[in-house]
Amino acid sequence: MYEHDVIVVGAGGAGLRAAIAAQEEGADVAIVSKLHPVRSHTGAAEGGINAALRDGDSWEDHAYDTMKGSDYLGDAPAIETLCQDSPKETIQLEHWGMAFSRDDDGRVSQRPFGGLSFPRTTYAGAETGHQLLHTMYEQLVKRGIKVYDEWYVLNLAVSDEEVPEDRSCHGIVAYDIQSGEVSGFRARNGVILATGGPGQVYDHTTNAVANTGDGVAMAYRAGVPMEDMEFIQFHPTTLPSTGVLITEGVRGEGGILYNKNGERLMFEYGYANNAGELASRDVVSRAELTEINAGRGIDDEYVHLDMRHLGQERIIDRLENIVHLSEDFEGVDPLEEPMPVKPGQHYAMGGVETDENGETCISGLYAAGECACASVHGSNRLGGNALPELIVFGRRAGAHAAGKDLGTAKITTGKRGEWEAGEVDTPVAPGAVGGADEDAVADGGKAPDSGEPSDARRASSRAERSDGGAVATTGDEIVDRAVDAEHRRIDRLMNKDDGVQHAEIRSAVQKSMTRHVNVFREKEGLKQALRDLREARERYTDVYVDDPSRTYNTDLIQTIETRNILDLAEAITLGALARDEFRGAHWRKEHQERDDENWLKHTMLSWNDGSPELWYKPVILEGEEKTYEPKIRSY
Amino acid sequence: MSTQEQKPKNQTDTDTESADEDIIAGSSPQQRRLREKRGKEIPTPEEKAQSEDSIHLKVFRYDPEVEGKQEPRFDDFHVPYYKGMTVLDALIHARDHFDSSLTFRHSCRQAICGSDAMFVNGRQRLCCKTQLSDLEEPVRVEPLPHQEVIKDLVVDMEHFYDQMEAVEPYFQTNDLPDGELDEQRQSRENREKVKMSTRCIWCGACMSSCNIAAGDNEYLGPAAINKAYRFAMDEREGTDMKEHRMRILEQEHGVWRCQTQFSCTEVCPKDIPLTAHIQELKREAVKNNLKFW
Repeated sequence: MYEHDVIVVGAGGAGLRAAIAAQEEGADVAIVSKLHPVRSHTGAAEGGINAALRDGDSWEDHAYDTMKGSDYLGDAPAIETLCQDSPKETIQLEHWGMAFSRDDDGRVSQRPFGGLSFPRTTYAGAETGHQLLHTMYEQLVKRGIKVYDEWYVLNLAVSDEEVPEDRSCHGIVAYDIQSGEVSGFRARNGVILATGGPGQVYDHTTNAVANTGDGVAMAYRAGVPMEDMEFIQFHPTTLPSTGVLITEGVRGEGGILYNKNGERLMFEYGYANNAGELASRDVVSRAELTEINAGRGIDDEYVHLDMRHLGQERIIDRLENIVHLSEDFEGVDPLEEPMPVKPGQHYAMGGVETDENGETCISGLYAAGECACASVHGSNRLGGNALPELIVFGRRAGAHAAGKDLGTAKITTGKRGEWEAGEVDTPVAPGAVGGADEDAVADGGKAPDSGEPSDARRASSRAERSDGGAVATTGDEIVDRAVDAEHRRIDRLMNKDDGVQHAEIRSAVQKSMTRHVNVFREKEGLKQALRDLREARERYTDVYVDDPSRTYNTDLIQTIETRNILDLAEAITLGALARDEFRGAHWRKEHQERDDENWLKHTMLSWNDGSPELWYKPVILEGEEKTYEPKIRSY
Repeated sequence: MSTQEQKPKNQTDTDTESADEDIIAGSSPQQRRLREKRGKEIPTPEEKAQSEDSIHLKVFRYDPEVEGKQEPRFDDFHVPYYKGMTVLDALIHARDHFDSSLTFRHSCRQAICGSDAMFVNGRQRLCCKTQLSDLEEPVRVEPLPHQEVIKDLVVDMEHFYDQMEAVEPYFQTNDLPDGELDEQRQSRENREKVKMSTRCIWCGACMSSCNIAAGDNEYLGPAAINKAYRFAMDEREGTDMKEHRMRILEQEHGVWRCQTQFSCTEVCPKDIPLTAHIQELKREAVKNNLKFW
């Protein structure tokens, strides 16, 4: 067993920042990641980091824009924390040497971005994420922080208490991809999940293939609620053939969207008469798809994004990366012709429920970055707000886990505060597949530890405890028990001789989600998605790993990832079906109005007795000094 | 080395209907299972519509643990081709439809994570940004040369990472402003000077292509030297630190090992002028030494 004070799962922006912060507080910290840190998806971020750095701007304005952008589903304490901490964190990166684009006076450049009332997006060309990731990894090397790279984290080691809020996290179980060794990692202080987004739930996404939502799924099955999962951001400008992202910076610099008639669609059809191309992402994504559906798209599939009028010099100075992406992945030279673009899955606003210190309802378990939901983005994330989220909440989670006092959080987690029960009419039972054979290889819905439903296991271990029997009570024992369970899971997957392969299941899930749980959503489609997911879960009980090798077995890893994808896809769809309103990125055919009276609340899903339990908690609109009154959101 | 042909003899390259039914010849239970399973599969309508043709890949296979793969060999895959298909797309298709044990690193598929650098038709390339239409058939896919193969197309990157870390690859300065909100200013010109060097994605293509690195395991190599250049040329680090960096680069296995063959520059997927950066550092080293003569 390996042992550290703080263990960070994932090595993208949030994970690296968390590790640095924990070490600065004196903790012995280690990162466990399925990718080497420089391979993390943060590197693909293009646009920039919103931070109020200039005269005329203020964190309060940033907070107001963010609350409005969220369509009033963000929690004010989280948003205010983001906006207050971002300037300091951004300049911290600058002090670490990050190669930001520069103004003539040598200060870092800032540019306009969608939904912002001030040009406050700090950037490094159109490769801000790459520069940020590498800068932070350099600091990791400088500090000698231990990284277990190409180790895949299989599960969390969490205690047994009946109520999730009473449980505690003592470490993780991970699998050395290169050698096949399964090991326990004991975390004396805490575990921080920083595993990124779940883009692989969809088949047209800007996300990396590695983005399978592992951390969110693990936390969910350990008892932490998933929050606001239905809010999936679709980025309006992705390349049609691959989903590769074309940064909002193109529109920030003045790029124009045209339909097939050469009309400037954002104005011509009144989608955003003031902000035009720089309206918020949900607005622009719907505008494009409406055009395409009305027959004004090009090849019935995409619209044009034109930046030629910006001139070669400005394009190369600020958007050079876009020229390469467009040429390499779409075969279009954007200096010569407009780029084809269409909306694609980009970001999950929801995730593991945390407070503004990154802590979940399970003590010792934290989450930060895209996998977390402190609720800074609400129902729609503003461009340029993801990177500050990484550094702000990564640092807070790392420092808090290492013992720094950040003050009492204003956001409550789990069922400690105010909440109401929810109900949703589903065509099939979500969650665990009942009646699966005891030796069923692969937990189509069961807890991944023993083949028994988790709550039954908990009940039996509680009974043993009252008898004074052998129960895992110390942190080491809890980790050991989790290791044994993962050994069994892997053995079952590896020893099964025939069945279904993960690629088939994964592809079926991705296709159904893209078809039914996309930018436009309607009741029947959502129900069909639930049926498809049920079928996929059932097939998953028959999944097997064909590659018999213990060396670098990507077949095994992807099989386990596919289980995580299934859980997240179901949560997204359940949330989307439950939320009978139109808010931010969540458009419902049957409900074309934002319904503040009934829906100023977060959708919560808890894994309870093998099936998802739906409940709600209120949005916090009270900030430090003011209350954010919901207003009509127009751009 | 042996070659395994996985395409039935009577199948033509344009027979896209049955392209998905390609099977792995061989007699292990695993291969038999695959053969039976694949026999039932038909291409999706999407694949049918898109595929005008199939593409022939010859892929390097090796697994130290699996009997029959311990002896390195090449496997043939015939993958339905569509316009715009990249080498990575073809590998993924082969893995997901023909042989799930086919192993390679990949993640972002947009040329930024740097994990899918391989040796394709005799040259180091990022598979995700290499169009099949630019290559001669059969397309030969091998692991990066000069690195130990772990399995199939996956190589051990440890030595590469060690060399990157040997050059103190992090910003060091004694001139930070006092205020935590004050920037340490940098001129546009200076940012422009280091810009290309900051684009390195650590894919390892340059190291793999370098004859000198192949023969001298201690040579820092083009990627690490470029990383040092990125900081040495950054005006914010100051002159003392630049001298410190030059001392690292002037050592026996540093810049002077480079013989200006340009192979690193030629293969760099991010178009970083690696050789030029190394040459510039050589000039700096000479200038530094002249001072003391």
